[in-house]
Amino acid sequence: MASAEIDVKYVAHLARLALTPDEEKTLGAQLGNILGYIEKLRELDVTSVEPTAHAVPMVNVTRADEVRPSLSHEDALRNAPRQAGGLFIVPKIVE
Amino acid sequence: MLNQLTISELTAKLAQRDVSAREAMQSCLDRIARVDGKIHAFISHDDADALAQADAADQEISRGAKKPLLGVPIAIKDVLAVKNQPLNCASKILGKFISPYDATAIEKLKAAGAVVFGRCNMDEFAMGSSTENSAFGPTHNPWDITRIPGGSSGGSAAAVAADECIAALGTDTGGSIRQPAALCGCVGLKPTYGRISRYGLVAFASSLDQIGPFTKDVRDAATLLGVMSGHDLRDSTSVPQPVPDYARALTGDIKGLKLGLPKEYLIGGLDPEVKAAVDAAVKKYQELGAEIVEISLPHTDYAVAVYYIVATAEASANLARFDGIRYGARVDGHDPIELYSQTRGAGFGAEVKRRIILGTYVLSSGYHDAYYLQAQKVRTLIRNDFLKAFEQVDAIVTPTSPTAAFKLGEKSGDPLQMYLSDIFTISCNLAGICGISIPCGFTQNPRLPIGLQLLGKPFGEETMLNLAYAFEQATSWHKEKAAI
Repeated sequence: MASAEIDVKYVAHLARLALTPDEEKTLGAQLGNILGYIEKLRELDVTSVEPTAHAVPMVNVTRADEVRPSLSHEDALRNAPRQAGGLFIVPKIVE
Repeated sequence: MLNQLTISELTAKLAQRDVSAREAMQSCLDRIARVDGKIHAFISHDDADALAQADAADQEISRGAKKPLLGVPIAIKDVLAVKNQPLNCASKILGKFISPYDATAIEKLKAAGAVVFGRCNMDEFAMGSSTENSAFGPTHNPWDITRIPGGSSGGSAAAVAADECIAALGTDTGGSIRQPAALCGCVGLKPTYGRISRYGLVAFASSLDQIGPFTKDVRDAATLLGVMSGHDLRDSTSVPQPVPDYARALTGDIKGLKLGLPKEYLIGGLDPEVKAAVDAAVKKYQELGAEIVEISLPHTDYAVAVYYIVATAEASANLARFDGIRYGARVDGHDPIELYSQTRGAGFGAEVKRRIILGTYVLSSGYHDAYYLQAQKVRTLIRNDFLKAFEQVDAIVTPTSPTAAFKLGEKSGDPLQMYLSDIFTISCNLAGICGISIPCGFTQNPRLPIGLQLLGKPFGEETMLNLAYAFEQATSWHKEKAAI
């Protein structure tokens, strides 16, 4: 369907996802196909229908604001790809 | 052969001290050593830890402790956090991740005495219907190793079907428990949304995901559901509803219950042998005293389209956390944006990338209302279809999957065809109701299991389980074993 075309490069940038030129090409074709199928939803008139975000509607779920045990500093850092001095190490953000 | 036992059979033997928990665990590990080279149900298993847990269970048994799962080996899908064990979601992106805590469902299994072991293979981040999308290689169906076990919880289903464990846990977002259970010939239960806490389950689509059991019979499914259910302060979507004694609901008496047969489920792509087996099952239900009522779920045809908008949108948000900063693998970059992109490009597999792109697109500026909001509204129509049907009937009966297990590679080149294989299971998650797949027959040549799906009302697990139990008592399909 002509209306269903994705600018894969742009969307991949939004998703912070590096793709190879081959991946961009394959994904473009496959997603066009899937979006063509999804177009069938437009057949339905849903003007007076409320959207469902969750099947079991629950509102304002709260719990007591109490201090509870949580992960230790050491445990929280245990899976870090790079760490030093009790911190996650990332590339320089500010020049 | 202790590895072949059900939970109720094994706990009875353990209580009588006929056997030890260590012998039961060792029997499963021996079975894995013999057959898992062919099946690849497990990504890994920590034998020393499993046997240490079994020894601890034996000590408790000798002190006279009584717990519902004491000493029972249960295998875990690689998407649930088990403290100090690896967690990969069958992806490269998690690197050498070790879980720092237990998921609530795991905590409850351990508190009930279970020996929690193994990392069952799956489609990467639970995205798939064949377990071919695993970074660790595919799982093979124990009934025919040239075929897929279903997915995404294919490792859990194959492990139970091949008697590599007593029971297993999986997760179901659009059929990922029920479809592999059907294709491997075991029982698979997806509870009502909110019945079991999702804390410690790596989120794929938060409004659809539920944890559930794979078992060798319906009674075991009831037992595991009872152990894992309940409200949890750490999951605000878990529902504060009392947990009934599910095993007590298994009376086998279903006289007068009304079973709905949706006319929309008799579609063109339905395999004739699957249709024949489901027809025979419906007839059996009539013999057992249930009343069959033809019903209509008019928006069935839109379910797959709604699902692939809602699920991918939620996935694109949930998977944003895999950015190479706090955990998992990292590919370095000159700035954070490059680091994120390179890490995610190298770490995610093709299907995950496809869904992230689709989900990002349907949420992006200018497309949100046309796709995401439209899908959420059609989701309301699908849910209303079910609520209306349940005013008329106590449960709904359908095939679980339109075909038996297909060949490895058969659908992997065509994502849309793969998505359509979930056509009977997806609506259940969108509506938030409960569902179960039970064995109901075999195809002839080759001989492959066929699954029957029962769908129950929200929190209607007792009636649904009793219907499944009545059928199981009247048939012997669930007793057949794959020759592997």
